[in-house]
Amino acid sequence: MTALETELRADVRDGVDRETIDTVQAMSGSYKHGWETEIEMDYAPKGLSEDIVRLISGKNNEPEWLLDWRLAAYRRWLKMTEPRWAMVHYPDIDYQDQYYYAKPRSMAVKPKSLDEVDPKLLATYEKLGIPLKEQMLLAGVEGAAEPRKVAVDAVFDSVSLGTTFKAELAKAGVIFCSISEAVREHPDLVQKYLGSVVPPTDNFFATLNSAVFSDGSFVYIPPGVRCPMELSTYFRINAENTGQFERTLIVADRASYVSYLEGCTAPKRDTHQLHAAVVEIVILDDAEVKYSTVQNWYPGDEEGRGGIYNFVTKRADCRGDRAKVMWTQVETGSAITWKYPSCILRGDDSQGEFYSIAIANNAQQADTGTKMVHLGKRTKSRIVSKGISAGRAQNTYRGLVSMHPKATDSRNYTQCDSLLIGDRCGAHTVPYIEVRNASSRVEHEATTSKVDDDQLFYCRSRGMDEEAAVALVVNGFVKDVLQTLPMEFAMEAQSLVAISLEGSVG
Amino acid sequence: MLEINNLHVKLEAEDKPILKGLSLTVGAGSVHAIMGPNGSGKSTLSYVLAGRDGYAVTDGSAMLDGADLLEMEPEDRASAGLFLAFQYPVEIPGVGNMTFLRTAVNAQRKARGQDEMSAGEFLKVVREKARALKIDAEMLKRPVNVGFSGGEKKRNEILQMAMLEPKMCILDETDSGLDVDAMKLVSDGVNALRDAGRAFLVITHYQRLLDHIRPDVVHIMADGRIVKTGGPDLALEVERNGYADILAEAV
Ligand SMILES: Nc1ncnc2c1ncn2[C@@H]1O[C@H](COP(=O)(O)OP(=O)(O)OP(=O)(O)O)[C@@H](O)[C@H]1O
Ligand SMILES: [Mg+2]
Repeated sequence: MTALETELRADVRDGVDRETIDTVQAMSGSYKHGWETEIEMDYAPKGLSEDIVRLISGKNNEPEWLLDWRLAAYRRWLKMTEPRWAMVHYPDIDYQDQYYYAKPRSMAVKPKSLDEVDPKLLATYEKLGIPLKEQMLLAGVEGAAEPRKVAVDAVFDSVSLGTTFKAELAKAGVIFCSISEAVREHPDLVQKYLGSVVPPTDNFFATLNSAVFSDGSFVYIPPGVRCPMELSTYFRINAENTGQFERTLIVADRASYVSYLEGCTAPKRDTHQLHAAVVEIVILDDAEVKYSTVQNWYPGDEEGRGGIYNFVTKRADCRGDRAKVMWTQVETGSAITWKYPSCILRGDDSQGEFYSIAIANNAQQADTGTKMVHLGKRTKSRIVSKGISAGRAQNTYRGLVSMHPKATDSRNYTQCDSLLIGDRCGAHTVPYIEVRNASSRVEHEATTSKVDDDQLFYCRSRGMDEEAAVALVVNGFVKDVLQTLPMEFAMEAQSLVAISLEGSVG
Repeated sequence: MLEINNLHVKLEAEDKPILKGLSLTVGAGSVHAIMGPNGSGKSTLSYVLAGRDGYAVTDGSAMLDGADLLEMEPEDRASAGLFLAFQYPVEIPGVGNMTFLRTAVNAQRKARGQDEMSAGEFLKVVREKARALKIDAEMLKRPVNVGFSGGEKKRNEILQMAMLEPKMCILDETDSGLDVDAMKLVSDGVNALRDAGRAFLVITHYQRLLDHIRPDVVHIMADGRIVKTGGPDLALEVERNGYADILAEAV
């Protein structure tokens, strides 16, 4: 592999006003979802062992094959070492010093419907603005002609509380349920596709997930069906000292379409918590999947105390001809983000797109990007990455574009822009490019700039305060990516950009 | 309205004095023009009044209706009614012109304890004012000043002024880069805003603008000071003879 490594560090102009940096810094810490739900939980014993793997499998009433699958992953994981190549620094994680399974006591007997779920849990989602009643819609859609329905799977610590609009979706033939339920209700589909995109041997964190995943979402869109509404999963970590390991599997059968949204938050705690998820997407001939994430895990405080360690493997396999996938991610949270949503462009004429906004403020560290693996003929990929660093944060774009010898006449376009706020943060761009056929083209553009004092002064001279000015300028910087999000998410993301930058700089 | 007294300002970075004891009083309802050679400190004066970083006020004062401008943050000066039409308007990629305007209008309303303007009302007002300046809908959607021609940028400044309805308007060479027709549009825009409660400080190099916007008072600025003050005729004199005589006289 030709690893072309460039590191861009922008010179910081003298004009940055020290005082404003400090003032704004002092206003930090406005994470909106840092509260906790007081609720009785049942935990599996602390630490990780074969027994814990068996226990999780048993809790979900899984068939033998899945337990064996988990155990094989666990045994393999024991022999693996944690990857340390990313540009993130953290003390060793003690895998025996945390819980792998935490379930609200009120969920001991699975409620038949969401109506029967513990009101405290329902209130949690209400407070987060996530509608768990089917007549409720995502709030705050200003100017929307007709509010759109969004089906939600609500995952709380290790379990799914329930899924909305199941009946309505079933009428269209769409399966949308928790993965634990899918294992029981749709074993053939799960067995056929689980691990087929991200094999249990893939990498340290994916292998760990394969051994201990507790819940997550499952989606199947039958041939020719355009999913009648947006699907979403909302992940909430609540329990202390507990890892969340969810697994999402989406299968878009021939000529189908689905748009899927993922959101996540966690309480403020001064200890770190591990989140190691796997998302697999299978896309057959002529099908299309849009996967949008607004990642808002607790980022830790200004000193870097607490926050989620987010080690996630997401991959889409365009298995069929003309299959299409679009990843959009807005990464604002987590103390550490290690995440590379990827596209395997296997089918001829298949297409992959990756749009990313990654914001790292205070002591946050983000190492994120994508892999575009072109295997089929005339495959196309597009990468637009907008990294914003503030405070002492380090933000790395790491991306692979690979053109296989058979992937003739393929194209990639990569645009990778970094914006620095203040003079103590860093932005890095690490593109790996390998082209092994003569007819394919790869284009890569990268820029690094600083938030411009003249722009901020111009905004302020029109009456905006400094934070509003920074938010406006940054929202301008990320506009191309915001536009790829569904409307509800775009607005949430826009305000999140502003919130994440509170405590940054002028 | 605006009262500047013995203002001394130097560049922070270079310890270089630019304004050297400038005094100026602009009363409500009046239009003052400032002319003066390149580099005499006209833009510096306007930046210092608007609150840009990088300048150190070493002496003197600047008051807006009795409030100490120099103690205020730039956004507070704006909400207090001060507006500067920039000599070089700044580009903000990705931020729609309309979004920018609306954010600014609502920020000022909020600072003054007023309700935000509704989207519908805002749209109506902005369309009307844009039409008067021949700014089309397309330009309102484009990112702020990005790819605007020199003249379009200046007209956009006047649109902002019309939307924000400030009481003290400073125009820094708004006429440079304008074609004859645009000059007329901009002047009409300014004249439409003239009223008893509002004052203008118009920085210009040319009599042409002052044919349209008739000033009450004309100041000549040189080397960081006002060296001569007179009526509209003073501008004509500069136009005919340049600055040499006036400067010689002032020394
Ligand atoms: N940031 C800066 N660094 C160095 N010199 C500066 C800076 N800002 C202003 N100056 C100097 O201060 C003086 C006054 O500049 P200013 O822009 O105020 O002049 P002006 O009267 O507006 O000129 P013009 O008619 O050309 O617009 C000039 O000599 C200029 O070079
Ligand atoms: Mg000037």
